Amino acid sequence: MKIKIFDRKMLALPYALFMVLFVVFPLLVILYYGFTDGSGHVSFDNLVNFFQSSKTVGTLLYSLFIAVIVTAVCLLIAYPVAYILAKGEYARKHAFLLVFVLPMWINFTLRITAMKEILNVLEGNLAYYPFFNTILCMVYDFLPFMIMPLFNSLTKLDNSLMEAGADLGANKWQTVFKVVIPLTIPGIVSGITMVFLPAMTNYVVLDMVYNSTYIMGSLIGSYFSSYDWNNGSLISAILLMFIGLFTIITDRLMSTDETGRR
Amino acid sequence: MRKALQHFWIWLVLAFLYLPILILAFYSFTDSTMIGSVRNFSLDNYVTLFTEEALIDMMKGTLLLAAAVAVISTLLGTMGAIGAFYSRKGVRGFLEFTNEIPIVNADVVTGFSVCILFIVVFHIDKSTFLLLLIGQTALCTPFVYLSVMPRLKQMDPALYEAGLDLGCTPMKALFKITIPQIMPGIVSGFMTAVTLSLDDYFITTYTKPATFDTISTYVVNATRGAQTNIKTALWALSAIIFVIVIAVVVISNIGGKSDEER
Repeated sequence: MKIKIFDRKMLALPYALFMVLFVVFPLLVILYYGFTDGSGHVSFDNLVNFFQSSKTVGTLLYSLFIAVIVTAVCLLIAYPVAYILAKGEYARKHAFLLVFVLPMWINFTLRITAMKEILNVLEGNLAYYPFFNTILCMVYDFLPFMIMPLFNSLTKLDNSLMEAGADLGANKWQTVFKVVIPLTIPGIVSGITMVFLPAMTNYVVLDMVYNSTYIMGSLIGSYFSSYDWNNGSLISAILLMFIGLFTIITDRLMSTDETGRR
Repeated sequence: MRKALQHFWIWLVLAFLYLPILILAFYSFTDSTMIGSVRNFSLDNYVTLFTEEALIDMMKGTLLLAAAVAVISTLLGTMGAIGAFYSRKGVRGFLEFTNEIPIVNADVVTGFSVCILFIVVFHIDKSTFLLLLIGQTALCTPFVYLSVMPRLKQMDPALYEAGLDLGCTPMKALFKITIPQIMPGIVSGFMTAVTLSLDDYFITTYTKPATFDTISTYVVNATRGAQTNIKTALWALSAIIFVIVIAVVVISNIGGKSDEER
């Protein structure tokens, strides 16, 4: 007779070990290096230096600026697309969503190369418009990631709510702004989280279009190449705070949405 | 008029998403080195792509890495999801929390954190492929977990019990009953892991051996001034990947439809 009985719970063990060792632990290491000095003493010097140096603060502001613009442009393009696909003329053509999501599966460096070649011809020289090209290439890269959550949120929206709005005298625009958009806020928020953070950190896009200004990701890249673990960790820790903030906001909005519906 | 506007918007955004890739694919069949210059039909780019040693190595390496990462993360993620599903609430809550970390985290931070863990804490060098493998697996495993979990929730628990009553050992019941039922989730998790690995740039740069390149790192280096024949050979690669992605999407969609009809 077997003494040890196989239990399905035990299957989680390798997974749990892996995640703790290679996901949770590295983040603790980052926090440690971010908030200690070279000799291992607790120190907030790195943090203070970050916020005192106009260069690094400028980088933070520039990344936020880029992220806000890219996210806003993605949202403005993607919301109508998702709406048309979920509720409009294309509502019964499910394959169309796939067509919009498909670029996600093509390597992003190759897609940006394609956009670059086009811009090169249109602009004569890419270096003339580094900021515009950065925004354009990021929107090009991230757009499918915005369309998907918006579409999911919009398909779940009950048509009768929109009809009710119309019956109660709202015109089409009023229905959109008073019914559809408020009820799809969870989708909007998760779309924003999909785009905002990559826009702050994906410095390869800037490299590829010859934009030499730094964003937060480029800082990690440059500290990495100079083996400056402490400062690299600090930047990562600052980004982690942003991520935490986003997650809390998203959770709040998702839970209010659920209680609101009941 | 509203209808026309909807069609216009959809096709405009589609043009934005696809024209660059299509134009590049068209020019990959010519001998021109710049878009816009009309030249002759030529398959030189495709010949270069499959004869230049650096390019072949890069493609082989990328595919092997993606396959290895996808297999490992599918095993880990599937086991993790099954184990977590049958665990106590607290344990499952913890696992779901850690599972979210790599998903919401910026890839730059994930890559940097794995790199600092291995190099500074464990003193393991990047020339072993261990870092790269673990770094990408840490990114992909949570997505497998997420695609398996809903299938477990949909499953009828009575089937597993029936298996046990009819004399299956728990292990046998797992392989004969649970696994076949969650198979669609496992397959889509595997596919997600493959595409994430193929698309990854940041984790790869921070963890790869110096002489190894994936498509992403190769393309980014190539844009920093490579020979023209390499540059245009990458156009051919884009065209090939584009066709493969379309083929996979079409095939899996036909498969998915017949699966739902059953």
